[in-house]
Order: sequence, then structure tokens, then C-alpha cells
Amino acid sequence: MSVVSEDTFNSTSHFMGTNAVVQFVLQPILAFGVIFHLSMGIYLDTQNNKARSVKYAMNKPGTNSSWMSRNMKITGIMILLFLGLHFYDFWIPELNTKYIVGDMSGLNEHGGMRYFEELQHKFADPIWVILYVLSFVFLALHLLHGFQSAFQSVGFRHTKYTPIIQKLGNIYAIVVPLGFMFIAIFHYVSQL
Amino acid sequence: MSDKGMNLTLKIWRQKDAQSQGKMETYQIADISEHMSFLEMLDVLNEQLISEGQEPVAFDHDCREGICGMCSLYINGEAHGPDRGVTTCQLHMRMFNDGDTIYIEPFRAKAFPVVKDLVVDRSAFDRIQHSGGFVSVNTSGNTQDANALPIPKDDADKAFDAATCIGCGACVATCKNASAMLYVSAKVSQFALLPQGKVEAKDRVMNMVKQMDLEGFGNCTNTGACEVECPKGISLDNIARMNREYLKAAIDK
Amino acid sequence: MSVLDSKVPEGPIKDKWTNHKNKINLVNPANKRLIDVIVVGTGLAGGSAAASLAEMGYNVKAFAFQDSPRRAHSIAAQGGINAAKNYQNDGDSTYRLFYDTVKGGDYRGREANVYRLAEVSANIIDQCVAQGVPFAREYGGLLDNRSFGGVLVSRTFYAKGQTGQQLLLGAYSAMNRQIGKGKIKMHNRHEMLELVIVDGKARGIITRNLVNGKIERHSAHAVVLATGGYGNVFFLSTNAMGSNVTAAWRAHKKGAFFANPCYTQIHPTCIPRSGEYQSKLTLMSESLRNDGRIWVPKKMEDVEAIRNGSKKPVDLSEEERDYYLERRYPAFGNLVPRDVASRAAKERCDAGFGVNQTGEAVFLDFASAIQRYGKEAATVNGESNASKDRITELGEEVVRNKYGNLFQMYEKIVDDNPYKTPMKIYPAVHYTMGGLWVDYNLMTTIPGCYAAGEANFSDHGANRLGASALMQGLADGYFVLPYTIGDYLADEIRTGPISIDLPEFVEAEKSVTDRLETLMNIKGSKSVDHFHKELGKVMWNNVGMARNEAGLKEAIEKIRAIRDEFWKDVRIPGGMNELNPELEKAARVADFLELGELFAKDALHRNESCGGHFREESVELDGEQKGEAKRDDVNFKYVAAWEWAGDPGEAVLHKEELEFKDIELKQRSYK
Repeated sequence: MSVVSEDTFNSTSHFMGTNAVVQFVLQPILAFGVIFHLSMGIYLDTQNNKARSVKYAMNKPGTNSSWMSRNMKITGIMILLFLGLHFYDFWIPELNTKYIVGDMSGLNEHGGMRYFEELQHKFADPIWVILYVLSFVFLALHLLHGFQSAFQSVGFRHTKYTPIIQKLGNIYAIVVPLGFMFIAIFHYVSQL
Repeated sequence: MSDKGMNLTLKIWRQKDAQSQGKMETYQIADISEHMSFLEMLDVLNEQLISEGQEPVAFDHDCREGICGMCSLYINGEAHGPDRGVTTCQLHMRMFNDGDTIYIEPFRAKAFPVVKDLVVDRSAFDRIQHSGGFVSVNTSGNTQDANALPIPKDDADKAFDAATCIGCGACVATCKNASAMLYVSAKVSQFALLPQGKVEAKDRVMNMVKQMDLEGFGNCTNTGACEVECPKGISLDNIARMNREYLKAAIDK
Repeated sequence: MSVLDSKVPEGPIKDKWTNHKNKINLVNPANKRLIDVIVVGTGLAGGSAAASLAEMGYNVKAFAFQDSPRRAHSIAAQGGINAAKNYQNDGDSTYRLFYDTVKGGDYRGREANVYRLAEVSANIIDQCVAQGVPFAREYGGLLDNRSFGGVLVSRTFYAKGQTGQQLLLGAYSAMNRQIGKGKIKMHNRHEMLELVIVDGKARGIITRNLVNGKIERHSAHAVVLATGGYGNVFFLSTNAMGSNVTAAWRAHKKGAFFANPCYTQIHPTCIPRSGEYQSKLTLMSESLRNDGRIWVPKKMEDVEAIRNGSKKPVDLSEEERDYYLERRYPAFGNLVPRDVASRAAKERCDAGFGVNQTGEAVFLDFASAIQRYGKEAATVNGESNASKDRITELGEEVVRNKYGNLFQMYEKIVDDNPYKTPMKIYPAVHYTMGGLWVDYNLMTTIPGCYAAGEANFSDHGANRLGASALMQGLADGYFVLPYTIGDYLADEIRTGPISIDLPEFVEAEKSVTDRLETLMNIKGSKSVDHFHKELGKVMWNNVGMARNEAGLKEAIEKIRAIRDEFWKDVRIPGGMNELNPELEKAARVADFLELGELFAKDALHRNESCGGHFREESVELDGEQKGEAKRDDVNFKYVAAWEWAGDPGEAVLHKEELEFKDIELKQRSYK
């Protein structure tokens, strides 16, 4: 949206940031989901580490499984770190503006909508762009295994549909992060 | 076919008993034929060790035709070694080259404690079966006629495929989490697919999963390594089926 | 009158078992709780017996030397299990299965036992299906059958090439149910090393815990030995590495007669040996002979060309091949019984036509089956003008569905693709029909000591038909022993628990410890396997597929010499109180070295050819059957049961005369 039209982006951002349903229903669900996913991940990982106390002197896991599937912890932590950065850099200032300062207008000091301008400002910095792009690389890796794995975990597996899910999962895992990366790079390049 | 056999360096885990510390030891072995099975190579090593007055390497084995599930071994970083679809007893030395170094370790998992050298205790698998790996029918022989209950060939074949699990533990050894899901799901699936097993399906899956967790196996993160290393090609379909059966049972109970 | 009382019930053969069951003593459910039964071995016979006895209410103590009951060697049985269900409507019946089994056994089995076996065979299939054993099915959902050697009907039920595995897992699951309830106390990694007799009755066993070497005493009101066969006396066999005679031999030395030790089944279709290091031989199921054709080249120059690699088997035209079974036995062709097929292979190889380097291999060829199935499949698919390649592809698919796992196993071992080139096979020791003598109730000559499955001698006579071992193991364990043992235990309800502190237990334990200490202290120069291989060579060369007087006498001398040397020069590393595989092997080989001699002695005394026992002195000299085995019903129509007398050479022969009231004794002809 931000690539196509500044106005649409501004109005959508304002809607998302002020709509009660989004803010007080969807956002908590998402937050709960993230926290649940994270804590289950940590809990199960602790169990898994305990399940093999002596490690192999020689191990070749690369011969029987993908790097992504074995390193969900690493890709997950990287995504979490980004999330932390995102909170620090965006979410907390937003909360501050909206609920502590009480400015729900979405306007900057010049009276225009502030969202697009802030976005442009953020992606002017090459380090921030690199960080952003890298994070989505990790998200892609995480999803490449995670999408289809989720279906397997709830027991959905079918000779006809599972290959389709795997393909869809791969497309999703690449296209979505690619889109986000494109946004960052687009805004960086357009400001050069 | 080479007339001269292979010379190999073996790095083998030696551990006196469950209480002792173990370590990797290095052995040299010469003139190994490519037609030998891996265990026959170890027989030759043991003959050599006995003649030198050393203790032979203890390893589990019995049928030596890939069906009893007694042999194990983590060979060069893979359960049952580099070949696919075989147990260690059917792994042949033609998979290796002259001058190779071969690492031989026991199957590693907290639930499979080492007994001695390469021998591990897999009784956790039995205990999981005690908790529900059966159909509760008495052995009276006067149950209904076998053909009174037609079973679609496809279901019977799938049940058979699941039932071919030999309980060797390669899935656990291979899994980065030492999870026993493939093993347990194979038995759950066999019965879930057959009408005879459906009656007790819910209790069975709940009990077997509970026992599996008690034994200290890790959790499944769907890496799929177990399916690749399984000597009998037990499919991940079974794990999905067990997850499904478990969810169904958990919602009901 | 012989000291052997077979206790075969009176009455017509078809009513004997029913009448017997009706008259047998029963133990009331409350009393069963007070009675302990030891079951040694957890294969088809032991596993099913343990499960059934526990289900009936007895306290069962089960023992296996493997780490789990599921690993017993029954698991390796491939082809199938017979049952007189007549599902194929091809004229099968209890009588026909009975007849085929008695005839297949060359009239050396006990009629009444065999009839009972045939009678309960149908229940086994019902039972296994109820337990969730996934037998092969047809598209209509009903059970599928195939044929096996020596019969003219399709009565074999199967689960691909893993029937034994599926049946054993069925018995194992029945055991698990009882272990979970605490009715079976399972002792894995325990090996029985002695039988304990108190007041003339079997009252317990002495075991060694293989993990820590601890010698333990276990008591019970009856002891069931389901410890399998002793084929490993040949060192190389299709048996598991651990299969042994020790439990049965210990019982023999305590008074159980050993019957027909020389009846060994040499299975015709095994993968030939490849070198001195060979540790075991691998079977290729008899079911392959349904579709595989056995041949060797007709001309010696082709044999040599194949051996030196200048010709491939597929290069030989039909006219250049000798399908010798089809030639010699047109009625049964490639499906003659095992003993006949094995001897025919040996005959061709001895004549110099063996097709591998060692000269000990013949071809088992699937090319014509692949073409036949391929054409059928093409017709079904409506591919009327399918190319030759397409037909081959379709045919290979059919064959893969039937025997895929066997073909894969062959390819992994030999590194040859059996879809494209014929398999090479050669006979190997597979099963032992002989074993502990038992009466109709499966009790040995020691009161309270029972033997079931391959460990007893009873049902297969001098030769076992394919797919009958699984049938017998499960029949004994599920349906015979659980009833007949009640007859004995009914008198034990007032006995009370049996103390393991009785002097007999102390003495038995001491004898075990002493024996093991003696072995450990020899500290000689040669490994256990050295002696086992030496014994195996003598057995194979002199007491193998063909036997003669001079060879057998030589074998006895040689075995004695090996035994003497073993007790002077064996080296067992490690200690007694730890996991020590060498010590385990040594104790087993010590017993094989005694059994081997009795085996040869039995073969020597039986101066006739019958079933798996072929005496070169006893062959047909003329007529249509010229060169075939010649049985001597006048002098040898009996079970030879040997009583221990301090040394295998001194064993005393007792005869149980066999009566054939329902079957006429005829020469076995498969021509």
C-alpha cells in the first residue's frame, strides 16, 4: 500500500491504529498467540534437550532433514529479536502517543497524516533496512518449515492435499516476507 | 570386485556398564571384504580383540536378517549407517571405502540408557506397548469367523505397513529431540485403521502417549528425519494419524 | 510295552481332541490364582502360551534372552501360515490338511497330534484377525491365500513376506495386555541355564540375568519350554544368532527324552554363502517358488561361462536351461516339498552345475512370472497392444506387490537386482523337526515340564511342510497347551507356593555357577566361535543333506574331539558378573557339542531315508522312483526318543511305535 499510494497507507494505518476491534480484540489474540507459541516452544525445547543428555560424537543430520526444520529455535529467536526491536522502535512510541499523550489524531505537527512520513524516515537508514530484510529472511526460513509442520501437528495429512499444502506453504513462506523486504528496499531506494 | 580387502579405522564407544563413564576408542582393522555385513565386520574385530587378550565390543544383534529389530548402532552419524531401508545387520561393507574412518556409537536417548558399549536398554518401548498396544480380545479362538469382517484392502495394507515397525529405535536415535512419535504412532495407526482396533482407539492413544511422555522421550517437531532413517520406511502419515486420533480423544475425554 | 505313553485318547480321530477336552481336569478360577507357570521363550508358541495362560488366570513368569519378547526368532518367518479354512473353495478340509501334513512328514509324525493341529488351524486365523493381525486381503476385503510346497490347495494365509512378524506381534500384543495387568511377569535378557526338579516334578528354572550376570532361581508349579529349534548346531543356519538348544538340552539331561534329533529341515531357497566370515544364512521364502522357476544350465560350458562372467544367466535360451524340478517332478514342479527340492539342488551342484564361484548355487528365475503377470495386468488395464517393456514394467509391479520386501532384502545382501537377473539360491539349515519328546498333552517325560512349538518333536514327522511351523507354534500356545496343562495343574491346587530355598534349587544354582566358572577358568587360546564353526563344518559335511554310515561314525569321533578341545582350550574374555556375550555363546556351544553327537548317533541308527533325513544307503534302485529316498516302514516306523545316560554316546533309545489308522502308508511321490 505504501508503495502504491501514500494516502491509502495513511488512512489504513490510522484505521488499524484506532479501531477498537483491531486494537482490543484482534491484537490481544495475536499477542496471546505469540506468547503461547513462544512459551510452548521454550517448554518443549527444554524437554527435548533433556531427552538426549549425551550427544553423538559424529552426527550427520543434514542427510535426513532440512536445515530449517532443525533450526526453528534459531530462526524463531531471530524473529523474536526483531519483534523486540519493532516494539521498542514502533509499538511503544505509538502506545505512548495514543494512550499516554492521548493523541489519537494520527496527525503530525504540520497537520498532515504522520504514518507515511514516519515510514519513509525509518527506511532512509541503510542499517535499519538491512536489519529489516534479514529479519524477514529468517521469517521465510521459519515459515518454510512451520507452515506445513502446523498441518502435520494437528493431524492434517492426506496423499492428495498434503503436497498442495506444502507448495502453498512454500509460496506463502517466500512471497510474504519478500513483500515486506520489497517495501523496505523500495522506500530506501526511492529516497536515495 | 577387489581381491584385497579394505583397511579401516574404527572409532567405537566403549563403556563398561551403565554406571561407568564411556569414551570413544580407536581400532584398526584390515582386509575387510566388501561382501561382509557390518556386523560380520564387527565379528572380525571381536575375534581380533579376543586373540589380543582384549575385551570384545558388546553390541545387540540376533536375527541378522533385518526383522527382529535387535541390532542398532549409530554409524558415521546416522542410525543403521549410510544405506537406506536397512538395519545395521543388512548394511554391507560395500557402502564404505578402503581407508575410511567409521564412527560407531550407541543409539543415544535418555530413555535408552547404555547397558554396555553399544548395547542400550530399549525397554521403554515395551512399557509403552503394555499401556495399550493391543486389542482386548481373549485368546479363546471362538471369536467370529475371520471372513465375517471384510476390511477394505487399502486399510488392511496401510495397517500392515504401519505394523511392519520392528521397534529398533532408529527413529528415536535419529530425531534431534529423541522423540518416539514414529514408533508409537505406528502401533496406534495399525489399530486405528482396523475395525477391531477402533473400539478402544481413544483410550489406547491417550494411554500410549501418556506412557511415552513418562519415559522421557522428546517431542516431535516434524523434521521428518525418522522417516528417512527408518529401516522399514514407516511413514510420517502415521504421526499425523496419531495426532488426529489424540486430538479426537482429547476433545472427547 | 514302551516306557513312553503317548496318552493319545481313544475313539475316532476326528473326535479325539473334543473328547479329550471334555474329560480333562480343570482348575477353578479361584485356584488358578494360586498357581505359577514358567514359560521359557516368547516366540509364537511361548508368547501365545504365556498370554493364554495368564488370561485364564494363572500367574505366568515369562523369560526371553532377547531384550524384548517381540524379538524371538518366530519374527523372521516369512511366507505364511496354513489353515484349513477352504476360503478358496478348492476342496480343502481338516482331513486334507491332516493328510498333507502326515504325508509331507514322510509318515513319521503322530497321527492324533497332527489331526488336532489341522482341527484347530482355522481357529488360529479367527483369533489372529480378532487381535488385529493385518493379513493380506483381496479387493473385496476378504482374506487372501497362496500355495506352498507339497500341497495342491491354496490354504496359506500371509502378510507379504512378514507373516511371522505379524503373528508374533499379535502374540506379543496379547502378552502386553497381560503384562500390563500384572498377570505375566516378564523377564527379558534372562537365559535359562538349568531345570529344577523337586520330587520328580519340574518345579523351576535357574536363569542368568544377562545384563549383570546374576544367577537367579525361579519356581513354579509347571515349566513350559518354548525355546525353539537347534539348527544352530550347524553354526550356519537361517536361525537367529542367539537361537540355541540349551533350555531343551538341560531338560534332556534332567530326564526329558530327546526325540528324533536327526530330523533337520534343509530349506531349499536361501541366499548362498559368500565367504569364511559368514555368520548366518538368509532365507528367501518358499512362497517365491509359487512364481519362481528353478534351473541350472544344461551344458557345462555355460556353467563355466556364467561363473567367469563371460555369460549372463539371461543370455541362455529356454533350450539351454535345465528346469530340473519341473523335469523330475512334473506333478508338483517347483512346488515339491522342501526336502525334495533341497536334495535336487544338491544333486545338480554335486554334478558340477552350481552357478556361482563356490559351485553351490542354482537360479530362481522370475522372468516368466513377470511376463505372465504383465500380460494379465495389461489385459485388465485394457492396454491391448502394450509393448514388451510396458508388460515387463506391469509384471514387475505385480511381483513387487507380492514379494517386494524379499526382493529388496536380496538386493541389499547380494547387490544384484532380482527383477532383472535370476536370484541365486542354495539350501541351508532352517528348522529342526526333532525335539523334546512330548505326549498328547505336550508334556515331556518329566512330569510338569512341557514343550511347545519347534522345541517339541511332535507334529511334522521327518519333514515339515511350508507354513506349518507358524501353525504349530500358535496351535500349541493358544489352543492346546492352555487346556492340557490344566489336567496336570488340577492336582497342584493344594501344593502352595514353591520355595526357591529348597535344597534342589540351591544345588541346581550351584551346578550352574560351577559350570560357568569352569568355562571362565579354562582361559585357553581359541574363541567360542572357532569351536562352533568347527562343529558346524562336521555337521554340514557329514550330517547334512545326505548321510552315510562311515560319515556319521567319523562325525561322532570328530565331535567328541572338538568337545574335548573346547573344554581345554576355549578363551572367554571378561567376567561372569557383567554383560558377557562370549560367555553366553560358550554355554550354548557347550550344549551344542553334546547335542551334535546325539544328533549323529540318531542319524546313524536310522538306516532309512525319510523326509529331511536322507541315508545314501537307502535309495530306490529301479523303477520310476529310481534315485529317490527309500523309507523303511518295517523297521523304522517309530519315534526314536533318547534318554540321557551321562554322555551323549551312551544315550538309551526308547521307541514309540507310530500307528497309522486313518492314513495308508505310501511312498511319497511328487512325480
